[in-house]
Amino acid sequence: MESVFGLVGKDFAIVVADSSAVHSILVHKTNEDKIMLLDSHKLMGASGETGDRAQFTEYIQKNVALYQFRNGIPLTTAAAANFTRGELATALRKNPYMVNIILAGYDKDIGPSVYFIDYIASLHKVDKAAFGYGSYFALSMMDRHYRKDMTVEEAVDLVDKVIIEIRSRLVVAPPNFVIKIVDKDGAREYAWRESIKDALVPAV
Amino acid sequence: MINRNDAWTKRKEIQLKINHFSPNSLQRSLQRSASFKTYSSDLPSEYSMSRRYDSRTTIFSPEGRLYQVEYAMEAIGNAGSAIGILSKDGVVLVGEKKVTSKLLQTSASTEKMYKIDDHVACAVAGIMSDANILINTARVQAQRYTYAYQEPMPVEQLVQSLCDTKQGYTQFGGLRPFGVSFLFAGWDKNYGFQLYMSDPSGNYSGWKAAAIGSNNQAAQSMLKQDYKDEITREEAVQLALKVLSKTMDSTSLTSEKLELAEVFLSNGIVKYQVCSPGALSKLLVKFGVTQPAADAS
Repeated sequence: MESVFGLVGKDFAIVVADSSAVHSILVHKTNEDKIMLLDSHKLMGASGETGDRAQFTEYIQKNVALYQFRNGIPLTTAAAANFTRGELATALRKNPYMVNIILAGYDKDIGPSVYFIDYIASLHKVDKAAFGYGSYFALSMMDRHYRKDMTVEEAVDLVDKVIIEIRSRLVVAPPNFVIKIVDKDGAREYAWRESIKDALVPAV
Repeated sequence: MINRNDAWTKRKEIQLKINHFSPNSLQRSLQRSASFKTYSSDLPSEYSMSRRYDSRTTIFSPEGRLYQVEYAMEAIGNAGSAIGILSKDGVVLVGEKKVTSKLLQTSASTEKMYKIDDHVACAVAGIMSDANILINTARVQAQRYTYAYQEPMPVEQLVQSLCDTKQGYTQFGGLRPFGVSFLFAGWDKNYGFQLYMSDPSGNYSGWKAAAIGSNNQAAQSMLKQDYKDEITREEAVQLALKVLSKTMDSTSLTSEKLELAEVFLSNGIVKYQVCSPGALSKLLVKFGVTQPAADAS
């Protein structure tokens, strides 16, 4: 089942998500990217209802882009997080989106940051965060091994520890994960951790 | 029923007339019709260009002008002036209060300077009742931004949102435009200290030094002459007071006729500070723009 988590390192932030698209007991695909690039220096990892997740993260992404076009300056990570929270809070009283979000970003003057935003519109600035069934393992692994001054290599080691833990202890563990990083050079895909490949569609 | 309707249309006509700025001198409209003889020569004089096209804000005249907007700017040309100067460590705003009557109770708060948010203030020239509406919308916009993003609104965005409102009244409705010009002084983390000037058409632009209100052209050219890059805040205050003392109609400059406000950083936090009348009097003497107390009586 779903696992999304993230943490802040020395001069970067990292977000990890499983890549399974499931419906009921069926796994539809195992290469679904659940971490969106909001803009050049922001990552939005999201878990929750598939449709809501796609709809809401894209809505935020387009609004962040609109802001940049209108004003010539990008939103700070904090502003984007508060905007996202506001949109969730407004929707909450009407037609709530079932999405939990880990927002990571890098600002020139502030450095890297990670924000925890859940579907009932609470917002926290944190060093480490996790959502979904994987969070039980991710949170305890990060509690044990996380340090504020981690390098990328150390952080990825920790991420791999978490993934191994999820795969070995969670009954309904997702097979594949995607890891993305944001630092002063921007937001980008770092690596995939795949234990199975999607079966190729046979040629007709 | 019919009678009531008639009365209603009459009242509406009167309201329409009141709503519009009228050309402040016959001379101007005469000049205008004279320079476009080809259009107006075969028409009775009351159908001159400005008369036919100045009653609606939303319509261009054949010369491509919006008379209502021009009249609004004319109205500001008669209002008490204000000067803004950008310095490296802050922004200075100085305004002239028109004392219309000795009996008028001078208000304890400022008349021309308004704080819009913690990091933005403005000086006004023009119709104060119009300005109050715009200042209110600006304050609402600023708070709305902070509500959405939990961050202070960038200065230019605030100016732009206000100018969008102004622009709207030159295009939609059939009301008159706002008869107000603003000087905005502010600070934000992206662009530091900033000074903007806006007019009734909704145009705005950033300036190092700017003047609005009566005699603004004379003030503007004096500022152009005396402004130096790297000017300090104190020098900016001195320059602003000097320019205002020379462009104001009244002979002696006193603190009752003036307002001085500054936006600057203190310990990394933006501060908006209005100069007290007492301190202002001392500044006037210090900079030699007025005679010591004996003369002030």
